[in-house]
Amino acid sequence: MVQYSSTQLDACLAALSDSTRRGVLEQLGRSEASISDLADRFHITLTGMRKHVGVLEQAGLVVTEKVGRVRTCRIGAGRLDEVSDWVERYHQLWDARFGELDQVIEELQQKEKSDGHNKTT
Amino acid sequence: MDTTRQPEHAPTKNVTKVERKSDREIVVERSFDAPVHLVFEAWSKPELFKRWWVPKSMGMTLRACEMDVRTGGGYRLDFGDGMEFFGRYLEVTPPSRIVWTNEEGGENGSITTVTLTETDGKTLLVVSELFASKEALDADGGGASDALRETFGQLDDLVVELVSTS
Repeated sequence: MVQYSSTQLDACLAALSDSTRRGVLEQLGRSEASISDLADRFHITLTGMRKHVGVLEQAGLVVTEKVGRVRTCRIGAGRLDEVSDWVERYHQLWDARFGELDQVIEELQQKEKSDGHNKTT
Repeated sequence: MDTTRQPEHAPTKNVTKVERKSDREIVVERSFDAPVHLVFEAWSKPELFKRWWVPKSMGMTLRACEMDVRTGGGYRLDFGDGMEFFGRYLEVTPPSRIVWTNEEGGENGSITTVTLTETDGKTLLVVSELFASKEALDADGGGASDALRETFGQLDDLVVELVSTS
């Protein structure tokens, strides 16, 4: 089990828990698009797409900009990357270290036992 | 995700928690099913420390490991090819606390604080790494900016993994 307490990451995960929103991110990863482009592509209503984009925007995954009557969406400046990629990397390193540390400590415990608790601590 | 091999007789694997406490600080927590003096020993004896500090999955070898684990003492980890990590111990209080500087990157290196607390024969280990600035923390992540362009396919995999494991 992996536990992250970062509220930023929670917001990202909540946003990414929906397949339409992940599809939108993939799409925006290729090119920016207006909300109506996205609504067409994913066969949902404009209102529905506005909600999805709103969730992605709140999580920092997408930024939008209104030019005239068109709201253009594009990928956010990598907040997910900033949070989870760094933390994930750090987590992997320490988890691997601790796995090996477990073995070292286990050996120390065995040794202490076989020494018949002669050592005082 | 890297799954670490466990001793066969270990009943369950203790969870490693990582939390970014602030822009400048990241904290790791993990319990060990052993009394504190043994955990401290594994941290403070170079011949033990070097067996776990560089996990096999990192694909690196520690060529030399010098550690003078006492307040004011120094350490140097040499990975060869000019790659070295070094610094000073600001505080060593057996068996509960070790604080050291990380000076390989210059004067504004991070400060690492390890705290060990024993409860009912188990030891809670907390490692805090405090950076001089948010920028220093981000830079230490290494390649974080490259990953900005990672495909969303990979992102999807990561998310699925995070969701299924949390």
